[in-house]
Amino acid sequence: MSIWEYANPKKFMQTSAWALPWVTGLAVIALVGGLIWGFFFTPDDYKQGSTVKIIYIHVPSAMMAINAWVMMLVASLIWIIRRHHVSALAAKAAAPIGMTMTLIALFTGAIWGQPMWGTWWAWDPRLTSFLILFLFYLGYIALWEAIDDPDTAADLTSVLCLVGSVFALLSRYAVNFWNQGLHQDASLSMDAEENVADVFWYPLLICIAGFVLLFVTLVLIRTRTEIRSRRLKALEARERMA
Amino acid sequence: MMPDLGKYAGTVLSAYGVTLALLAALVALSLWRGARVKRALEAQERRMGRNG
Repeated sequence: MSIWEYANPKKFMQTSAWALPWVTGLAVIALVGGLIWGFFFTPDDYKQGSTVKIIYIHVPSAMMAINAWVMMLVASLIWIIRRHHVSALAAKAAAPIGMTMTLIALFTGAIWGQPMWGTWWAWDPRLTSFLILFLFYLGYIALWEAIDDPDTAADLTSVLCLVGSVFALLSRYAVNFWNQGLHQDASLSMDAEENVADVFWYPLLICIAGFVLLFVTLVLIRTRTEIRSRRLKALEARERMA
Repeated sequence: MMPDLGKYAGTVLSAYGVTLALLAALVALSLWRGARVKRALEAQERRMGRNG
């Protein structure tokens, strides 16, 4: 069996219908479990007080803001190289989810930053690259809506996605490229000395899993909607021609 | 049951409030549009089935 079988809309609809209840159930368990653990059963940080609880929504949403764009990049490359419609529709389906994750990361970052840094916003490398990423999401969604022909829209949005990937990468590595600004280094690290303490790390890990599973759930739901919408438009066109 | 959030209660609760509201809106919109498109497609398929 080849992975490219799932590029067939019928096969995708069958497989996603089977997978959706499982992924949705796991997403709910991980999200609810992780957030309850983090919010109710973890201590305050000795420096940041109770604001450390924002880490359980800020870090997973920021990670998904970038990862959603990476997923869109892979799907766009598949469209450009192999012309599979499902991949173009999956990229389209993922964009509003990624945009919402970026918005959550920006909002929670500003809310967290105000008491810690004394300001809601600074033109810091990571903050600025996230704002630009948000604008790329907006532009990507607007471009899909602005073009009637779906294949042309998929071509042009794929190119925009390739260009935007530079900013997605910058958002991820901004704190490494420029050792300046208010934003601290990455909260998560393979180095145990630099990683957040275990008492915060385990619930955070569950929350990250929850956000990933929520993303997968929503991509499946929205891609199914895009496939149905494409078929609906094709049937309406056929009816008009008849 | 509610943890003592101290002087940062407003900060933490508003961050959670904004996040849950945005996620709820995203999920609701995705489900609403999915149901609307599915209904429209089924109606179209029925109509074309009847008309041959």
